Amino acid sequence: MRIEAHTLARMLSRRRGMELGFKALAVTTLAIALGSLALLLLDAIADGAGRLSWQFLTSFPSRKPEEAGILSALVGTVCLILLTAVFAFPIGVGAAIYLEEYAGKSWFSRVVEVNISNLAGVPSIIYGLLGLELFVRAMGFDRSLLSGALTMALLVLPIIIISSREALRTVPRSIREASFALGADRWQTIWHQVLPLALPGILTGSILAFSRAIGEAAPLITIGALTYVAFLPDGLFAPFTALPIQIFNWVSRPQAGFHANAAAAILVLLAVLLLMNALAVFLRQRYQKRLNL
Amino acid sequence: MTATTLHHLTRGRYRERAAHVLLFFCGTLSILTTLGIVAVLLFETLAFFREVPLFDFLTDTQWTPLFADKHFGILPLVAGTVLTAGIAVCVATPVGLVSALYLSEYATERVRRLVKPVLEVLAGVPTVVYGYFALLFVTPLLQTVIPSLSGFNALSPGIVIGMMIIPMVSSLSEDAMYAVPQSLREGAYALGSSKLQVAVKVVVPAAFSGIAASLLLGVSRAIGETMILAIAAGQQPRLTLNPTVPIETMTAYIVQVSLGDTPTGTIEYRTIFAVGMMLFLGTLALNLVSQWIKQRFREQVG
Repeated sequence: MRIEAHTLARMLSRRRGMELGFKALAVTTLAIALGSLALLLLDAIADGAGRLSWQFLTSFPSRKPEEAGILSALVGTVCLILLTAVFAFPIGVGAAIYLEEYAGKSWFSRVVEVNISNLAGVPSIIYGLLGLELFVRAMGFDRSLLSGALTMALLVLPIIIISSREALRTVPRSIREASFALGADRWQTIWHQVLPLALPGILTGSILAFSRAIGEAAPLITIGALTYVAFLPDGLFAPFTALPIQIFNWVSRPQAGFHANAAAAILVLLAVLLLMNALAVFLRQRYQKRLNL
Repeated sequence: MTATTLHHLTRGRYRERAAHVLLFFCGTLSILTTLGIVAVLLFETLAFFREVPLFDFLTDTQWTPLFADKHFGILPLVAGTVLTAGIAVCVATPVGLVSALYLSEYATERVRRLVKPVLEVLAGVPTVVYGYFALLFVTPLLQTVIPSLSGFNALSPGIVIGMMIIPMVSSLSEDAMYAVPQSLREGAYALGSSKLQVAVKVVVPAAFSGIAASLLLGVSRAIGETMILAIAAGQQPRLTLNPTVPIETMTAYIVQVSLGDTPTGTIEYRTIFAVGMMLFLGTLALNLVSQWIKQRFREQVG
């Protein structure tokens, strides 16, 4: 086939134009995606920064927006997540150890694996229905901190198991074999060799899982967590509220004063999440340095 | 062998046995969770269907369990869910795929390392925050363009859910594109293709099943999304595909009932489990199909 020089030149410049066009489109698209994140943050800051004060952090909710605060919600969130961690962390890491170190490639581990990846895709509100029927009704824990924490523990368990397994998988086989060669049994090998090496990865993954739980409101609302709590939880069976629920409650009201409160509470929630992520990064850095033999 | 070493050995064996049993229990807990979910949903849903015929549930066009004149047609809630998830996918698909293509085929390592974590942040923002954004920023903004848009609507939360699932679609699609063998690209270059032609005509078709799997997961996430819709979509179940009026999704209905004080054992209480069952089956089906497609893709490339 013969192509005239000027035809070829036109084809080439068309190609170049399309390349440039796609690049421009892609950069614009990314800018929109990242810009919307910036917009979201700026919107919350613009609406809520004025309401942030010591009084806001240390007051109970109130019918008057300018007197309301997030004390009970903040304390509730902290208690809830600590309690969730107490349940979910050992069990999640235990399950990961079982699957990686004990189960091998049996049909059981295959079933558990498929099951976990499906559980990770179940909407969080379904966990709320499970918690409502199982913990609130059947076990009679009522709408308590304990019910909330157990529900949240089930919700984050798949994420903790998946990330802990990944962390365990990064420990080289040779470490285990060296330990066995010195006469250690399986549990000694896991406890003294494998776990310390995998711990930074396990901690990072778990903290990220708990930071997801901090932002969850749907399962807590489903188990009947209260939206107006003017006291601090005084035990496992105390009623409670949490930051996302408080935010939801304030957003749902028509008055602009409460919307400002919601924005301010959003800033506090985002700050808590930022702190947790920073902690995860810090732990990973620090432990990895120490363990690099 | 002395008595002490023997003692140590037996102790070790007991410890080993105990650890094994304990860890096995941790491993089975995830299966028990699944069984628990299925059992709870099934138990209450069956009780629900003893009072409401399945046929009415699936065909009645009204959902008014909280009114005096009770109708139990799930269709309006399904329509609300499909509508908002559809809008979300329309937002997330082009943005997610173009950014995945750009990050996998064009971007330098430095840009990738800068952009990917920021996209992850977008996925980590709590959904109540997105809800606030949808109701108090996006809706008023859209109202300046579409004056007839009501304060609660499907359009604004749909768009915001789309924003939320962009990182997931983008990151999973990029993984699939990244896994396309380099030799395919080189073959196309050798035939004189431009970079864009390689990307669109070689990489995208080769990674198609991975891309499809990521989109299905995105849809599943959008269907299960709750707080954005409970905040910004309204509480009016209606059988419509009009995105400018208030609607209600399956998830938002469960929240609405949970906020009230509905006594156990009543038909209102059971509706949330029947709706939950629909939701569970829908997302499970999408997740399974997505996994199946991904599995096939892995076999093809391997």
